[in-house]
Amino acid sequence: MGPAIRIEGVTKRFGSVQALDGIDLDVSEGEFFGLLGPNGAGKTTLISALAGLVRPDAGRLAVMGHDVVSDYRAARRQLGVVPQELVFDPFFTVRETLRIQSGYFGIRDNGAWIDEILANLDLTAKADTNMRQLSGGMKRRVLVAQALVHRPPVIVLDEPTAGVDVELRQGLWAFIRRLNRDGHTIVLTTHYLEEAESLCGRIAMLKQGRIVALDTTANLLRRFSGHTLRLRLADGAALPEPLKARVVGDSGNALAFSLERCEEIEDILHALRGSGCRIDDIEVGKPDLEEVFVRVMNRT
Amino acid sequence: MDGFLTLLYKEVLRFWKVSFQTVAAPILTALLFLLIFSHVLEKHVRVYENVSYTSFLVPGLGMMSLLQNAFANSSSSLIQSKVTGNIIFMLLPPISYAQFFAAFVLAAIARGIVVGLGVLLATVWLVDLSWQAPLWILVFALLGGAIMGALGVIAGIWADKFDQLAAFQNFIIMPLTFLSGVFYSIHSLPPFWQQVSHFNPIFYMIDGFRYGFFGVSDVSPLTSLAVVAGCFVALTAFTLWLLRIGYKLRA
Repeated sequence: MGPAIRIEGVTKRFGSVQALDGIDLDVSEGEFFGLLGPNGAGKTTLISALAGLVRPDAGRLAVMGHDVVSDYRAARRQLGVVPQELVFDPFFTVRETLRIQSGYFGIRDNGAWIDEILANLDLTAKADTNMRQLSGGMKRRVLVAQALVHRPPVIVLDEPTAGVDVELRQGLWAFIRRLNRDGHTIVLTTHYLEEAESLCGRIAMLKQGRIVALDTTANLLRRFSGHTLRLRLADGAALPEPLKARVVGDSGNALAFSLERCEEIEDILHALRGSGCRIDDIEVGKPDLEEVFVRVMNRT
Repeated sequence: MDGFLTLLYKEVLRFWKVSFQTVAAPILTALLFLLIFSHVLEKHVRVYENVSYTSFLVPGLGMMSLLQNAFANSSSSLIQSKVTGNIIFMLLPPISYAQFFAAFVLAAIARGIVVGLGVLLATVWLVDLSWQAPLWILVFALLGGAIMGALGVIAGIWADKFDQLAAFQNFIIMPLTFLSGVFYSIHSLPPFWQQVSHFNPIFYMIDGFRYGFFGVSDVSPLTSLAVVAGCFVALTAFTLWLLRIGYKLRA
C-alpha cells in the first residue's frame, strides 16, 4: 500500500511568481500532518493542486494511489478539502447544502452521517437555517462538514480555525482527532503554531514554494528549539565571567540561557551560587514550535 | 450519474427558490410586450394570411422569453458562484466536465421552458394558435434552450465580474433576440437587413418554433433545424473544450 498522499517534483508558476518549486512529499496513511509557512509560501497552491483546482506545470500528485489528473474522479472521492476562504451558497439551508454536497459524491441516503457531523460540529440547531444567517464561525464549521460528507480517507484543512472562537476550536479539534484515530489521514495548515505542535505528528515547513524543513514534530523541536532558562538577578549582582558567553538574551535584569539538556540548569545555578549571585526570579521555558518556525525561516 | 443529477437538481432548485424573479417577472414582461405591441399594431400589420398580428406575436414572445431565460440561468448561476467563491463545491467533487456541462444546460432548458410555457399559457386564451406541428415546437424549444444555456455557460465562465456578464447579455444576446423576427417577419425588412438577419441564429430558432404553430415560416423549417442543430453541436464542442482545459475555473 502506497502513501495517502504522494507529491513528486511539483512546480507551479503564476506569472513571475514561482508558487511551487519542486515539491516532493509523502504523507502516510493515518498521519496527522502539518503544512506550515508564511503567507505566500505555497501552502494553498499545493493543496489546490492536490484537489485539482490548480494544474501543476510539472510533477505529479496522487491521493490514495490515484493520480489527481489522469484518475481525477477516483482521487477526488478519496479527498475532503476545507477551503481557506469562507464561502457558502446563499440559496440553501445547512442541511440542503450537506445533502447536495453528498449527492455530488454520488451518495443518496446520507441523512444519518449528516446528522452525526452536525452533532459533532454543534450545528444541529442550525440544520434548517439558511447559510446567510449563520455567523462566521458557524459558516466555517459548515465548510468542515461539507468536506466530510463523503467520509474521505484523506482530509485537508486549510486554516480551519481562522475566526473560530476558543470553545468551538477545541470542539472542532476533538472531532478531527477522533477522525484521525479512526484512521483518516489529516493534513493541516494553520498559523496557530501551538495547534500544529499539539496535533501534528509530522510537519513540513514551506518557504517560497520549497520545503525547507520536514521532520517529526518532536525532532523539529529537538533540533531547532530547546529549553530556555530565564533568570532575574538581584540588584548589584554581577554575572560570573564564564556564564556571560552563554547568555542568548538580555533585557535589563532578565537573562536568557539556551539549554541543550535540562541538566545544564544545575551547572548554571552552581556557577551563580559559587560567585555569590542572588537570584530574584527564575523561569524555565519549554521548546516551542514558534521558535522552530522563526529559526527555520531565518536560516533559509 | 448521481453527481450529475444532484448538480441538475441544485441548479433547478436555485432558480425555483427565487421564482418571482426568475419565472414570474419574465412572464409579466412578455405579457406587457404583447399588450403594447398588439394594441398598437394589431390593425396595421398582418404578417401571414389568416394569422392575426397578436397571434403571430405570441409564439415569438414565448420563444424569446425561453431563450433569454435559458441564457440567464446558466450565466448568472456561474458568475455568482465564481464571484462568491462557492463554485469550489462543484469543482472538488468527482463530477466530469461533460456532466457539469449537461447539468447546467438542462437546468437552463428547464427554466427556459417553464418561462416560455408560462407565456403561452397566459396568452393562449387571448389568441388563435393552431398548433400545426407540435414536434417542431418541442424540437426548437429544446435546441434553442440548449444553445442559450451553453452560451450562458461560456459567458459565465468567461466573465470575471457582473459588469462583463451584463455587457455580454445587453450587447450580444439582447440585440440578437430582439432583431430575430419576434415582432415582425424579416420579409418586411429592406433586402440588406433581410440578408443580415440570415446570419442571426436566433432568427432560425424563432422562425422554426413559429412554424410549429402556424405551418408557415420565413424560411424552410428544415433549413432552420439544420442551422440550429449545427450551432448546438459547435457550441457544445466549444464549451466542453473550455471545461476540459479548465479555462478560468482551474488555474
